[in-house]
Formats: sequence, C-alpha cells, structure tokens
Amino acid sequence: MPRVEFTANLRRLIEAPTVEVDGSTVRTALEQAFARSPSLRGYVLDEQGALRKHVMIFVDGESIGDRAGLSDPVGPSGRIFVMQALSGG
Amino acid sequence: MQRAYVGTRKGVFTLERRRKRWRVAAEAFLGDPVSALMVDPRDGTLHAALDLGHFGVKMRVSRDAGTTWSEEAAPAYPPAPAGAPIEDRGRGHEPPWVVQKIWALEAGSADRPGELWAGTIPGGLFRSPDGGQHWELVRPLWEMPERKQWMGGGYDHPGLHSICVDPRDGRRVTIAVSTGGVWRTEDAGASWTVRSQGMFAAYLPPERKHDPILQDAHRVVQCVAAPDVFWCQHHNGVFHSTDGGSRWHEIASVQPSVFGFAVAVHPAKPETAWFVPAVKDECRIPVGGQVVVARTRDGGQRFDVLREGLPQEHAYDLVYRHGLAVDSTGQRLIFGSTSGGVWLSDDEGDSWSALPARLPPVNCVSFGP
Repeated sequence: MPRVEFTANLRRLIEAPTVEVDGSTVRTALEQAFARSPSLRGYVLDEQGALRKHVMIFVDGESIGDRAGLSDPVGPSGRIFVMQALSGG
Repeated sequence: MQRAYVGTRKGVFTLERRRKRWRVAAEAFLGDPVSALMVDPRDGTLHAALDLGHFGVKMRVSRDAGTTWSEEAAPAYPPAPAGAPIEDRGRGHEPPWVVQKIWALEAGSADRPGELWAGTIPGGLFRSPDGGQHWELVRPLWEMPERKQWMGGGYDHPGLHSICVDPRDGRRVTIAVSTGGVWRTEDAGASWTVRSQGMFAAYLPPERKHDPILQDAHRVVQCVAAPDVFWCQHHNGVFHSTDGGSRWHEIASVQPSVFGFAVAVHPAKPETAWFVPAVKDECRIPVGGQVVVARTRDGGQRFDVLREGLPQEHAYDLVYRHGLAVDSTGQRLIFGSTSGGVWLSDDEGDSWSALPARLPPVNCVSFGP
C-alpha cells in the first residue's frame, strides 16, 4: 500500500503520523491521511485545496508536478513524502 | 497582576509587573512568527495569530493569560470562483483566495458579544460571530470593485492592518489598508465607503496624489472616549480626523520626523497621541540613531520628544505598526522594536524603562489583564 510520511518539522507543530493508505494519486492518498488527522489538512494544503506555497511533496523521490490538482500518480507501493521547502531567518 | 504581551518573529512573550519592575514571565511558540495579538477586553481571552510560513496561518487562544494555549479556527477564504487565480503571480496581480498573513485582530463592541474581526494580507476582512470558533470572509468588502485598486505596500499584496470598532455602535467599523486607504461600514460590513479624503501622498503622480484609494495608511487608531477622533500614521506623514474620518488633516509638526509606522491614542483624551518617528522611507532607522517617542497633548499643534530611559546612541530600532500600545487608563505604554528592545512607561511616556531581555524582532504588543 502507498505510504504517506511527513517531515519532522511538521510533527513539531501537530501530530502527523506515517500512514498507509489506498489511493492512486497524491490527492486521494492525502485525503485518506487527512481523514484520520483532520487538522493536518490546513498545514499541508491551503483553503483552496492546493499545496501550500512552501510545502513540497515527493513521490518515490521525485517532486510532484501538479501542485494545485495533486493529480500525480502513486503506485501500489509508492512512498509519498511531505516536507517544507527550505528558507532562512 | 499587570501583564503585557509581546508577539515576535520567534514566539509570544508574557510580561508581568511585580514590585514596579517588568520581567518576562512566560514564553510560547518559540521559533514561530507571531503576526498579531489581541486581548479581548470583554473576557480577557488572549488570541494570537501565527504565521507558520510553510504551513500557513494558525490561531491560538489562551484563557489563562498566556500560560496554556490551544488551537482555534483560523480565517480562511471560501472556495474561489472559477477564474480566480490559483498561483500567486506576485505584486500587481490579483492574489489567490488564500490568507497569507493575519495582520490585525480586534474584539467587537461590548454590545456584540463574541464578535471578532481579523484583517489579512492579501486584504480580506474576516468576522467571527463566536469568539473565534468560526470565521467568515466579509464578502462585500472583498468583492467591492475598488478593492482591486488596492496595492501591496511592504508586501506583494495589500494588507488590512487596522480595525477600529466604534464603541457606540459595533456595527460601525473603520479599517485601513496598506495601500488602499481608509474604509468604513455602518452596517457590520454589508456596505463600505472610502474615508481617506484629505490624506495625500507626495510621492504619487500629481494627478493621483489625493486619490483616497491610493493612500498608504500605515496605522489608524480611534479614541475610545471620543470615537469621532482618529489618528493616522501614513507613509507620507501624520493625519488627524475629528469627524469620524470624513476629512483628514495633515499634522506636519511631528518631531523629529513625520515618518513612522506606529501610533497610539489616549483612550480618554483624544488630543493626546504618541508616535515613534523614523527617518523616512528607504532608510527606516531612528533619526540620529536615537530612539524617541513623539507625543502631542493638544491635537497635534506641538509635540514633546520623549527620550528619558530610551537608547540615545547608535540605536537602530524600528517600531512596526503594531509595536506600540497604550493601556486602558492611558497612563501606561509599551513599545517593541525590530532589534528586540522593549520599553515601558508608567507616566504617559515621560520616562521609560527597558525590559531586561533581548527578544526576537517585535511585531506586536498588547496590554492585558
């Protein structure tokens, strides 16, 4: 099953356990993770459902292309990693 | 117990005054930027807006004076209509329907329990009917055609930074936008009229200099006891209105300079107001490297330059628009700077004492119970 994992920087702010999900796209996989942890949604997606500007998602090590629609495919054993883009200050 | 709260680039700091000395009593959210703070005078609830950058804007609430906090709902735009931008194309382009920063938080009037207001970048006003459990966009303001003439100031998109709720009638709310002028509703947000006539910006093209929609009001405050009196620290200087914002008049006599971000007005004496002047514009440091507060007690005819207890050599502290506050008595003031300095006064600014701490850059300050 696909697995969704979140950066430790997010886990500092909110519970974000690694979860195994069904789903063949980033969107459907994330929706299952959010169904288990509803408050996680607003940390990863903005209110229009797009990936937050400074959040990145990798699927099997490749950055996704569709940041608004999250339509990138995920294989049956795909690994989805949600992390923050780096910035300083 | 007397308390004050300081919102910084890296957390909230609770200050307490014991034996006439202020000290840091607690800290929260270390590392997280705090963009707005508000103590609801109706019940003492403390609301803090976090700007988590990567992970969006969040709201936290404390009902025990900053000791413990919990997450509450954050203002969020409703689903955007077809055709609304999805990506942020930056300055000069219509922004996506996404809250980028909560820049103002205010409690409603005493006769409208539970009502809260929040101002944001990119320029949306939000209203909560239930103390922050739910928020809704004030659509008539957002959908007003003139809103699209608002422009980014220091940020790419317009920022709604000042919300003044009339204590006589909480449906009458005055807001200010950088840049977008001053606007007023008489009906709790259903309709809006521009209220920045008389302001001007010498740096604009001459034919647009007086355009009320283009005015860069840095901060607008309203006198509690005389709610028709407003003070504005504007990008171009200081402006004053005594008729509810129908007409503004320039106050050119502020010393040592007319530029700045912050302004506070005495809650009972409308002629008394404080400013923290800086060298204008691209420089933004205290004049001569000396931190001072300018105070008028006669409606802006003359100003005292207050410096007792403030750093007077090689001090480069800038005070942001929410970085100065006066308490409900009008006696006590606090301000905090981009260099992490915090100063407090018990005598309307005649003298100041430095908080014994070096905080992160200060975004906002508030007194509380």
